[in-house]
Amino acid sequence: MTTTSLTRSRGAGPAGDKVFSGATLAAGCLILAVLFGVALFLVIQAIPALVAPGAEIQGGAGFFAYIWPIVIGTLIAALIALVIATPISIGVALFISHFAPRRLASGLGYVIDLLAAIPSVVYGAWGAAFLAKEISPAYNWLASNMGWLPIFQGPASATGKTILTAGIVLAVMVLPIITSLTREIFLQTPKLHEEAALALGATRWEMIKMTVLPFGRPGIISAVMLGLGRALGETMAVALVLSSGALTASLIQSGNQTIAAEIALNFPEASGLKVSTLIAAGLVLFLITLAVNIVARWIISRHKEFSGAN
Amino acid sequence: MSKRIDVKDLNVYYSKFLAVEDVSINIEAKSVTAFIGPSGCGKSTFLRTLNRMHEVIPGARVEGEVLLDGDNLYGAGVDPVTVRSQIGMVFQRPNPFPTMSIRDNVLAGVKLNNQKMSKGEADALVERSLRGANLWNEVKDRLQKPGSGLSGGQQQRLCIARAIAVEPQVILMDEPCSALDPISTLAIEDLINDLKDQYTVVIVTHNMQQAARVSDRTAFFNIAGTGKPGKLIEVGDTHTIFSNPTQKATEDYVSGRFG
Amino acid sequence: MTATMTPTPVRKRSSLTKGQLPKAAPYIVLALAMVIGAAILAVVGFNPFGWGIVTAILFAAGLVGWSAVVEGRRKAQDKLATCLVSGAFIVALLPLVSVIWTVLVNGIPGLIAPGFMSSSMNGVTGVFDNKAVEEGAPVVGGIYHALLGTLEITLLATVISVPVGLLTAIYLVEYGADRSLARAITFFVDVMTGIPSIVAGLFAAAFFFAIVGPGTKTGAVAAVALSVLMIPVVVRSSEEMLKIVPNELREAAYALGVRKWRTILKVVIPTAISGIASGVTLAIARVIGETAPILVTAGFATAINANVFSGWMASLPTFIYTQILNPTSPSNPDPSSQRAWGAALVLIILVMLLNLGARLIARVFAPKAGR
Repeated sequence: MTTTSLTRSRGAGPAGDKVFSGATLAAGCLILAVLFGVALFLVIQAIPALVAPGAEIQGGAGFFAYIWPIVIGTLIAALIALVIATPISIGVALFISHFAPRRLASGLGYVIDLLAAIPSVVYGAWGAAFLAKEISPAYNWLASNMGWLPIFQGPASATGKTILTAGIVLAVMVLPIITSLTREIFLQTPKLHEEAALALGATRWEMIKMTVLPFGRPGIISAVMLGLGRALGETMAVALVLSSGALTASLIQSGNQTIAAEIALNFPEASGLKVSTLIAAGLVLFLITLAVNIVARWIISRHKEFSGAN
Repeated sequence: MSKRIDVKDLNVYYSKFLAVEDVSINIEAKSVTAFIGPSGCGKSTFLRTLNRMHEVIPGARVEGEVLLDGDNLYGAGVDPVTVRSQIGMVFQRPNPFPTMSIRDNVLAGVKLNNQKMSKGEADALVERSLRGANLWNEVKDRLQKPGSGLSGGQQQRLCIARAIAVEPQVILMDEPCSALDPISTLAIEDLINDLKDQYTVVIVTHNMQQAARVSDRTAFFNIAGTGKPGKLIEVGDTHTIFSNPTQKATEDYVSGRFG
Repeated sequence: MTATMTPTPVRKRSSLTKGQLPKAAPYIVLALAMVIGAAILAVVGFNPFGWGIVTAILFAAGLVGWSAVVEGRRKAQDKLATCLVSGAFIVALLPLVSVIWTVLVNGIPGLIAPGFMSSSMNGVTGVFDNKAVEEGAPVVGGIYHALLGTLEITLLATVISVPVGLLTAIYLVEYGADRSLARAITFFVDVMTGIPSIVAGLFAAAFFFAIVGPGTKTGAVAAVALSVLMIPVVVRSSEEMLKIVPNELREAAYALGVRKWRTILKVVIPTAISGIASGVTLAIARVIGETAPILVTAGFATAINANVFSGWMASLPTFIYTQILNPTSPSNPDPSSQRAWGAALVLIILVMLLNLGARLIARVFAPKAGR
């Protein structure tokens, strides 16, 4: 092959392309390595707790007996948060997407996003110092009037530092997450569907029931799942608000504990096997949130294909 | 400084799909060649293979030879970057770089390749290129303003100035007027007439009147049906193609019977 | 043509507005609800919060009931939905207002205490706090060490996260196309956004325990933990911003004979830079308030430590956490709580400034498109 005017290389750094694309590839692989590392190092450090004789684990009955009450506690707190946050979030999202005046909508969205901007430790401090105190009369009322329900069994905590208070604080924290995701979905409702419903003489609410909610259902479900993931892993709101203890059915007594708060409260002073136990607990939390998030993402990705076909 | 292009037996594929089949054409230096044909007949795809821009699309590849004054664009060791610096391209929609001023847009090809140039040389190049694109008088007082502030037609001429600042041998134009109003279109057509004194120009157009107005030679592409490859039906002097084509399909198309 | 035109009859109301509530209906119902609500509350003992709730319920019931009588069931349902949806929005605003109010009221005394921003907690013991409560001496101690720690840890986390996150986003948008590796990265970045912050902290701790030695707690470990949280946010926001750069610009650069890497660096990134910078700022705002990962990785410190690579390090969130949970003087927690709220106010101001900064960056550095 003879040299032609075309084989002479020109322009800056023909090697640059290789170096640069290599660097971007390396960064991408680093992320995979980090995630793999998260799992690997958690497992390595957790093994001692999993193989140690039961008597040496906190509580003296082995790792399983240690972990299951706080897994249940984690689920209770997250469930309370979702039960409260889901309807309110959907209402707020609808308000911003379909009820508020157009000019105000983006500003109102920003106000709700402010809720997400407040650091978790501030929510924890607020829950412990303000909400717990203000809400304890309500707990007394619940205990005396609804006490026949196991979840409202008295005597109510005098400080108000209960799993229900923690759940309410968690609800405030997941609310902006669920709201912003569902709002996006609601705004994507095809305008033609909405206008078709309105042209049939539907009221605004009937139009929403006919078009917006069915269209947004997969989005709502995955948004709630992502909110669940956040609520399961949130630490500070529980660590500061809840006065923890053994697993109890009553939501208005002190007691119960979540994995994240258990780790935060004990890790700083832990050593030896206790460190391994807490890391093993973290691994359990990681697996639970991983499962929840994967299901949520799977629903979203299915929904994407679905809406793409329309 | 212009070169001729000779295409021999070129096939273009998108992955497995044969998009353009068996094109052989000679494009004369210092002339304007127009590609006409119905939508989807592969004329834009074929145009892109003339400076290897089709490689930007994943899965696109070619078989055959494209010779630039005898040098094969697809020969071993040929860098597509070198090809593109000799064969420039102007796109359907004007696309000045939004982050750059008018002056920087003209110098983009030089600056992005990190070539050093004194301010005097750069000023001379900017003026020469903008004059070459008939834009100098309209923008000489606002060279530091963003290029996206110009009108559509001015933006397209800015893109032509940007292309000729690299001093290419050939300029490819992919429907350069389809997003412009008639007055801007006229300005671009005048410019194409001026450009052929120095450059080889290839233009894809949907507009047969435009092809008749600006080109010396015209190539007609057609497609047998959806899923079939596009083919070069006929190429010849523009006058001949429009008044006395040899192929029935060409005659039907230029007389407006289909397309 | 004979003049048979009859004058249009003068009607009081158009047939199109028949059977509708008058325009002022909501205001009338609201006024009534407020009055009745106040009356009910006066019986059981008045408080503004209860008044608001009772008024809201009465308003919704009154308006929906009136509408059901005059306009029929469908319109009434629509009114009910409107009331519920608007109510949800107001309910969502309550905690926001309450949190900000609580932090302001409790935080300002701490913030204006002399030396709060310029001193650390070094040497501040329960004795001082007892004195402050019992003898009215000024509350001493401050957040200088914690503020320094927060800024250093966040800066280091940003220095780690931005190159990794941005390069990954570039890989996904410019090189990945539809390769399975790119799909895997996208999936795992999504998974990473869901990692609980405390697990990120545990990972960094476990990693450094295994590599450096058990009990390794420094600012750098905390920065690694924050990076695990920050990288996916940077990747996702940068990816979105790179995706909206029109392909035409890339093609224009290629057609000028510019190499791909220079096209990305000189054309694509400058076009997207405002969005990328604003996304990075939001990512910083997200991690600067993280508590749990720092708690398990940087330990607590009361003295100033400017070296992120050695020794325990304080941060604003952990400062707040420890001052509330373990007051300096267990018998007199008020000075500690005052310091905690002061620190919370500083932290919220930092986060709000970052959020505001992100909006400004997005607006100021956006490519000028104006004519």
